[in-house]
Amino acid sequence: MRRFSWFNATALTLGFAFLYLPMLILIIYSFNGGRLVTVWSGFSTKWYGELFRNEAFLDAAWVTLKVAVFSSTIATVLGTMAAYVLIRGGRFLGRTLFSGMIYAPLVMPEVITGLSLLLLFIGIGLDRGILTIVLAHTTFSMCYVSVVVSSRLVTFDRSLEEAALDLGCTPFDAFRLVTLPIIAPAVISGWLLAFTLSLDDLVIASFTSGPSATTLPIKIFSAVRLGVSPEINALSTLLIAIVAVGVITASLVSKRAIIRRQRDEQAAIKAVA
Amino acid sequence: MRRALVIAVPYFWLLALFLVPFLIVLKISLSDTELAIPPYTPTLDLSEGWAGFRAFLAALDLENFTFLTTDDLYWKAYLSSLQIAVVSTFLTLLVGYPIAYGMARADEAWRPTLLMLVILPFWTSFLIRVYSWMGILSQEGYLNQLLVGLGVISEPLTILNTNTAVYIGIVYTYLPFMILPIYATLERMDASLLEAAEDLGCSRLSAFWLVTVPLSKSGIIAGCFLVFIPTIGEFVIPSLLGGSQTLMIGKVLWEEFFSNRDWPVASAVAVILLLILVIPIILFQRNEQRQREAEGK
Repeated sequence: MRRFSWFNATALTLGFAFLYLPMLILIIYSFNGGRLVTVWSGFSTKWYGELFRNEAFLDAAWVTLKVAVFSSTIATVLGTMAAYVLIRGGRFLGRTLFSGMIYAPLVMPEVITGLSLLLLFIGIGLDRGILTIVLAHTTFSMCYVSVVVSSRLVTFDRSLEEAALDLGCTPFDAFRLVTLPIIAPAVISGWLLAFTLSLDDLVIASFTSGPSATTLPIKIFSAVRLGVSPEINALSTLLIAIVAVGVITASLVSKRAIIRRQRDEQAAIKAVA
Repeated sequence: MRRALVIAVPYFWLLALFLVPFLIVLKISLSDTELAIPPYTPTLDLSEGWAGFRAFLAALDLENFTFLTTDDLYWKAYLSSLQIAVVSTFLTLLVGYPIAYGMARADEAWRPTLLMLVILPFWTSFLIRVYSWMGILSQEGYLNQLLVGLGVISEPLTILNTNTAVYIGIVYTYLPFMILPIYATLERMDASLLEAAEDLGCSRLSAFWLVTVPLSKSGIIAGCFLVFIPTIGEFVIPSLLGGSQTLMIGKVLWEEFFSNRDWPVASAVAVILLLILVIPIILFQRNEQRQREAEGK
């Protein structure tokens, strides 16, 4: 181990300042009282008040939340199935095509995914609205879920599943009682990832939403195209706060779960010895 | 029976909502533009059987692709997307490498926190992170206020709505993708190799170039592709931070579709964009494969 040098300290300080200062400035200026966003004119929470009185934003937030909950939940189920098929499914017809379709959406430019789904929805005469956004989000986020879950499945001791099968479990019970509890942390982080991807998405939602359903990112984008706005600063601050609290809580909970599991395992080893 | 169902459900989902839509894009890119809704012909009429299929094939042509080559806008947009992607990938590497290096050399107790700090922005809305730079870079923005206040410049700089702003935006938003793979390779590196190099007479700098950089090569390559590939089709950054002279293909496709309503041309733009992306994607996969094999040994 080499000693921590001045160079490293500078690189880290500047690097993290670069990563966090823009968001910090945004948060500070969301409490600015004036209409002119770049000139500080006293502390105020008035833009938060404006935000909560703005029906259009509240509607969009509600649509976004519904889309995110539905799409991330369906994506988690489908993505976990896909991961299980890829890692445990053995050979089947069209396996290469299947794994290709899992990985391709991860590198596909959003504009192409959005365009192609829109053309499909128009082709089959499906009216654009919440349903079409949910279908679109589910499709790309299930691929992310499946990557997260399959990386956990790869490292997982297969003999545990085999033991369950030997002891008389049906394959479904073995999955439900043995596999699922073990991969649960990966499934949960897959769900969180799918959820945030859906909350964030602007491009695919723009293509697949109709006039009846506008999501928050679409609303934000059309508002900021013309320039910085104090209401959007307030909204951004709220979103940043929600994500930060969510991610930090999730990581603390999973850390505690790991520690507890290690303790349980040690206790079990001691009990056997 | 259950096994077949577990395979079939995600399989058909992806077929219906990923592969089929893409085939539709391919088909429309070969169709003619029409002033109608939907604004293109022809459609495959399966009820007419074989004759319908032949009529469908006969109506296909490469007209939209030839159109792309005749209008400067498109190939300029492809070239400038590639150029912006190359430059910003390089800049992201320059900014990201020292950070990854500092993290890998930091005290072991600190590393999980540092890692968390790199990942946290990734969970924050992309749109908001891009937007946060608009207030900083604008004519009367915070950066200009600071520089004028310090007396560094007398006139505010024009940064927002130029390519410089696009570069800053890309480096900022894609930085975690560069840092994480490089950090992963540097963290695994055996520090005694550097001591050996120095014992054998290397200076610190040459030990860095001759030992550290080659050992982190796979992380550098992975990071560069992870930045380069999504940047080419980027839409949000050029449309919020770039100006009217910033040409990027993602933005061109968007405008072709939403403003000009020329679906066949938009589809042809998409097909070519994908063809351009195939090469870096294959190279990236190969790099990953090689790394996995190296780890397996």
